[in-house]
Amino acid sequence: MLPIGHYLFLGLALFIVGVIGVVTRRNVIVVLMSIELILNAVNINLVAFSRLYGDVAGQVFALFIIADAAAEAAVGLGIIIAFFRNRETVLADEMDLLKW
Amino acid sequence: MQGLTQATLEFVNQYWAPLVCGLAIVAVLPLIVGYVVLVERKLMADMQARLGPMRVGPHGLLQPIADAVKLLIKEDIIPDDADKLVFWLAPVLSVGAALLAMAGLAIGPAFQIAKDINIGILFVVGVSALGIFGIVLGGWASNSHYSLMGALRSSAQLVSYETAAGMALVCGLLFAGTLNMTSIVQAQHEQGMWFGLLAPVAFFVYLVASIAETNRAPFDLPEAESELVAGYMTEFSGFRWSLYFLAEYTNMIVVASVATTLFLGGWLRPFPRTHWLDFIDFLPPLLLVAIGVYCLMRTPKQPARVQQLFMLAVAGLCFTVAVVLAAPVLLRTPFVNPLLASAAKPFYEGIHGGFWFIFKVSAYLYFFMWLRFTIPRYRFDQLMRLGWHFLIPLSIINVLLIGIAMIAGSYLHLEGGWLLLATIPASIIALIVALFILAMEQKSERQQAGGAAPDPYA
Amino acid sequence: MPLRILMLDQVIFYFFAAIAVVSAILTVTRRNVVHSAIFLITALLATAGIFLQLRAEFLFIVQIILYVGGIMVLFVFVIMLVNLDVAVRQLQFARQKWVAMLISLALAAQVGLMLWSTGKMPGQGMPVLVAAPVDKLPPNSEAVARSLFESYLLPFEIASVLLLVAMIGAVVMAKKRA
Repeated sequence: MLPIGHYLFLGLALFIVGVIGVVTRRNVIVVLMSIELILNAVNINLVAFSRLYGDVAGQVFALFIIADAAAEAAVGLGIIIAFFRNRETVLADEMDLLKW
Repeated sequence: MQGLTQATLEFVNQYWAPLVCGLAIVAVLPLIVGYVVLVERKLMADMQARLGPMRVGPHGLLQPIADAVKLLIKEDIIPDDADKLVFWLAPVLSVGAALLAMAGLAIGPAFQIAKDINIGILFVVGVSALGIFGIVLGGWASNSHYSLMGALRSSAQLVSYETAAGMALVCGLLFAGTLNMTSIVQAQHEQGMWFGLLAPVAFFVYLVASIAETNRAPFDLPEAESELVAGYMTEFSGFRWSLYFLAEYTNMIVVASVATTLFLGGWLRPFPRTHWLDFIDFLPPLLLVAIGVYCLMRTPKQPARVQQLFMLAVAGLCFTVAVVLAAPVLLRTPFVNPLLASAAKPFYEGIHGGFWFIFKVSAYLYFFMWLRFTIPRYRFDQLMRLGWHFLIPLSIINVLLIGIAMIAGSYLHLEGGWLLLATIPASIIALIVALFILAMEQKSERQQAGGAAPDPYA
Repeated sequence: MPLRILMLDQVIFYFFAAIAVVSAILTVTRRNVVHSAIFLITALLATAGIFLQLRAEFLFIVQIILYVGGIMVLFVFVIMLVNLDVAVRQLQFARQKWVAMLISLALAAQVGLMLWSTGKMPGQGMPVLVAAPVDKLPPNSEAVARSLFESYLLPFEIASVLLLVAMIGAVVMAKKRA
């Protein structure tokens, strides 16, 4: 009974919040979490459209996105741990080893 | 505002029965858990040649209530450096997840709070896994090293063992072909065989993994008192501590119920399709009558008047339940009017189903306790090795081979119990392969290490 | 304007949507990373609730098991490994406020334009999701499985290869240097 726009708005809100987090936060872990928010916003849109057109393909793609999020989180957190071992920091603007 | 009230009314009108059942479970579960703890203490005492709690009530039967009162009126301490909000939230999260998981369990053919959810068993497993956040966040919020170590261990342990448990569940679900709890049990009825017998290795893997997931001995490293004081629970006291306790035992019940549903035939009695074994239906009432008679015999030996009365009450309770259990079975015998017999059928299914389900869950819990009193605690690196080097390969190979065995079985037209001919060799091969992998790994590790001490927290 | 009667569906949607948005904002703004993680968990659970409201049961439980029970446990684990006492006291936001504002304004403007144009065209309003009764829908997990393993088998296999690569990458990255 809800217009599709409601779901799109929700997705948009989460997406924008996620983008702001990615751009502004210094802590890499929070940046990664914001990326999860963005992926989640996409999932909401996919599932809403899947429901609108009565086709489960949207849900299947949401599954793929979740798998992708898992892969991204695993690699990202691995990098964070490796970096923390070397530099004792998780702040994005202190990762400047290439800036000589 | 009017719309909101209307929606609320509609909601209540549609869902009053599950709501009432849910409230009842939330209200009664602490009591049940209290008695499970009492049984555990009594069993431990018996195995260690002690008496256990004896003071409150005859044979300590009222001990749980005394314990509950004690925990409720204890001082509630929050450490100064703790993160107050998270400290408050963590135990609630733990117990909430455990209680929510109970909603998906199917205790009898018609007795399930969230009826016939499509994702049934996944719901139970997934929601109960959320309890880990209660442990991890509680350990972190206490701001103490012991708590944090306990929390870290707990999350590592759960993540490692959830994979193995999930693969074991997949193995059972291959036979069932559905995720719905009710349909899983019906599939076992049609098969005429528990899935635990068809896939014994999967059942074994789930058994071990479920002990690790509920943080029970011998895998209770997150709360190992000789190393970490009390692990993540160190800084918790009184009511909060008892919430963690409640969550742990509720999780045990949930895990046992999942295993019962998927591997031990749920509410079905043993050999549900063999009609010359119908006399098994009389065993539960007879068992209760025996307990009642034993209580009656012990009554004169009780020291005090109150205790004698209490024993009589217990005996009376046993006899009443025995009558309730026996009545539907007697009505089903051919001497009775067939109309009455068909009317008694739902009662039979409900009451006896409930009995067998609770019986199997209790047996599973008894096994947990038995292991706790018998096996010494693992070291953390041993625990991780068991999970990653043995159980996970074993469960993955097992799923693969059981799948192949099922395809082979369908080609050879193996039905019912004959399917064992295909799945048992598959399970044995999986076990042998996994053991072989473990042996090879240990050999290569020994060659690599060359006497260097292992890092227990690696 | 007549009082519109809110249906149960709508109440559930607005409830979860409000939780999701508020906790998403808190995720991004909290100083303490663990608090951020807790609010992200809340946001993910609220999203799972919206999936359920959309009758995507299988995705609901995948979201809970995989996202909340898997990925977030990993996050919390790493947060606790990486000692953050120092980081909390430092400046939390990089000096990119203007970039963020610009990006979000651009996004909002795009969507506003889209909504405005759909509203302007006569008879071209937003399509409405019909609240189908639950028992009329096909069993969700079966439908998803069929679609996944019949139409999208190759993407599925590619996704599993991706996960394998990620796993190897994570192990290599997190391994101690000898």
